[in-house]
Amino acid sequence: MGEKLIEVINLKKWFPLRTGFFSTLLKKEIYVKAVDDVSFYVNKGEIFGLAGESGSGKTTTGKLLIRLIEPTSGKILFKGEDISKYPESRLKSYRKKVQIVFQDPYESLNPRMLVEDILSEPLLIHGISDEKEISEKIYKIMEAVKLTPPEEFLLRYPHELSGGQRQRVATARALMLDPEFIVADEPVSMLDVSIRAEVLNVILDLREKFNVAFLFITHDLALARHICDRIAVMYLGKIVEMASVDGIVYDPLHPYTKALIDAVPVPDPTAKRIEVVIKGEIPSPVNPPPGCRFHTRCPSFIGDICRTVEPELVELKKDHYVACHLYQK
Amino acid sequence: MPLLTVENLTTYYRVLRGYVKAVEKCSFSIEKGEALGLAGESGCGKTTIALSLLRILPPEGKIIGGKIILDGTDILQLNEDKMRNEVRWKKISLVFQGAMNAMNPIMRVKDQIIEAIKLHEPNVSKNEAEERVNKLFELVGIEPSRAENYPFEFSGGMRQRAMIAMAISCNPELLIADEPGTALDVIVQAQILKLLEELKVKLGMSLILISHDLSLIAEICEKTAIMYAGNMVEIGDSVSIFKNPQHPYTVGLISSFPNIKSKKMKMISIPGSPPDLLDPPPGCRFHPRCKYALEICRKNNPELTAIDKNHMVACHLYGKA
Repeated sequence: MGEKLIEVINLKKWFPLRTGFFSTLLKKEIYVKAVDDVSFYVNKGEIFGLAGESGSGKTTTGKLLIRLIEPTSGKILFKGEDISKYPESRLKSYRKKVQIVFQDPYESLNPRMLVEDILSEPLLIHGISDEKEISEKIYKIMEAVKLTPPEEFLLRYPHELSGGQRQRVATARALMLDPEFIVADEPVSMLDVSIRAEVLNVILDLREKFNVAFLFITHDLALARHICDRIAVMYLGKIVEMASVDGIVYDPLHPYTKALIDAVPVPDPTAKRIEVVIKGEIPSPVNPPPGCRFHTRCPSFIGDICRTVEPELVELKKDHYVACHLYQK
Repeated sequence: MPLLTVENLTTYYRVLRGYVKAVEKCSFSIEKGEALGLAGESGCGKTTIALSLLRILPPEGKIIGGKIILDGTDILQLNEDKMRNEVRWKKISLVFQGAMNAMNPIMRVKDQIIEAIKLHEPNVSKNEAEERVNKLFELVGIEPSRAENYPFEFSGGMRQRAMIAMAISCNPELLIADEPGTALDVIVQAQILKLLEELKVKLGMSLILISHDLSLIAEICEKTAIMYAGNMVEIGDSVSIFKNPQHPYTVGLISSFPNIKSKKMKMISIPGSPPDLLDPPPGCRFHPRCKYALEICRKNNPELTAIDKNHMVACHLYGKA
């Protein structure tokens, strides 16, 4: 650990919105600024959490990292090399090292393929066609994700599997090519609580055994708390705070992070009640508020500066970054 | 006397291959002004209980047995007219799951609520109903002028609030909220939870909160009931359930819940998955996943037995000792 595996610098993704005929003539384009100037890095073997409410740009960031969508601008450095401008032909070798596990295992597996075919497909695509090699690999990976005994699952279709098993098949598929980095986009949010832990423990195991790094996208801070090493909190396309898990949970600095943590209910009826210090909901990313994007809901609003100047993400304590005017004087 | 007593409620769904035994012999009661949390994983029968209480099951669903006693009358004996005119919405109402899509997209929000009021209270004039909508909107924290909007003009949280306004429009004595926080963001979810708690106190309603999320229940419910595969496995005072869970399933469920305030730890899962309710396992339905399973667990389904003043559990490990 400690060595940067993937680093993102000033990454932006603006989706153009379809506008009327006249505004096209006037060259007035409107954008959804889904990801707007985001920088962070993930170390080797690290689980980096990306947290935030829906519409904050978490999933878009994840998809950008593996180039499922093209960035508007910014750099994505994988082991020091900028892959953001790679042509399609070179992406294939990049994607061998970088994989994704999607949110919904009920939709991410082809219903007409056997588990065996789902798992061997990535190898075939990347030119590994030796049957013996493939089957050895499949067995090894299935052990790793605890789909044992493998024979029992190989000849089944996804509909014959439970949600937890499907998600482990999706994870196994991502692992077939020995990736170094996996984007896990809300991998357990569709699963029941009692089986979530199975999938999460698989993720923790993989990190330990194969030193795989993860970008763990989640809206659930309580979950992130137990899985991630570091967390970045996003709000309307921007990172507002980034620190170690303990830093975020025990010492949140940004008013939004504080509010988010205070709003997480605790499974303990005698614990301190949740508090709702902020009103309203996340505004539309089409026309985000000027200045600090959170100022419209902020309980610690300090004046004009919040409305006009966009705060920068600065390192306030060691490895604890925050973008808020409260701390910038 | 409790406001609502449910005794041995059993509801099955008829499907091609037989009967899905969705709810089997469930019993519980709620006092006036009390909040009961109904927890369990998907498919354990939580929503079926809610639909049974209002008797609005889909055509293939049928209440096979049991009693639902509301204010001293068994509502399973009432005819459909009485059910509609006297019970639904006036005594028991429901905030449906998935508030995002529960409203009619081509009707103004106001008209939908007025429709609900007029249907259950035909004597109310249009003006009175409109007046009531305004008051309801204030109560749930939406600017009354927004009642003119269509649902698509509302955010997720506002739609959930409007659904709650509709549910309390005829002053019910019992409000059932089915997964009110799901699909909402944490902060909005917290706002809705606070709103429900506030309304419960202000209007003196009883509340059944259905959720798979134990932490929501811990937040606002005095009483908690845990369901597994159509059975009620443990019920009692929330503090007692969370602090001193007895049923192996409850213990597993609580420990598989991440707590943001606790130290970083490895999460625990319950091995296996819930059974197919077309053909549930004999005896205790949890026994195939239970590490304490005894011989008797495979044969007899345990009944709820009191282990403390406000705490009942259905497990062979207790009771007979």
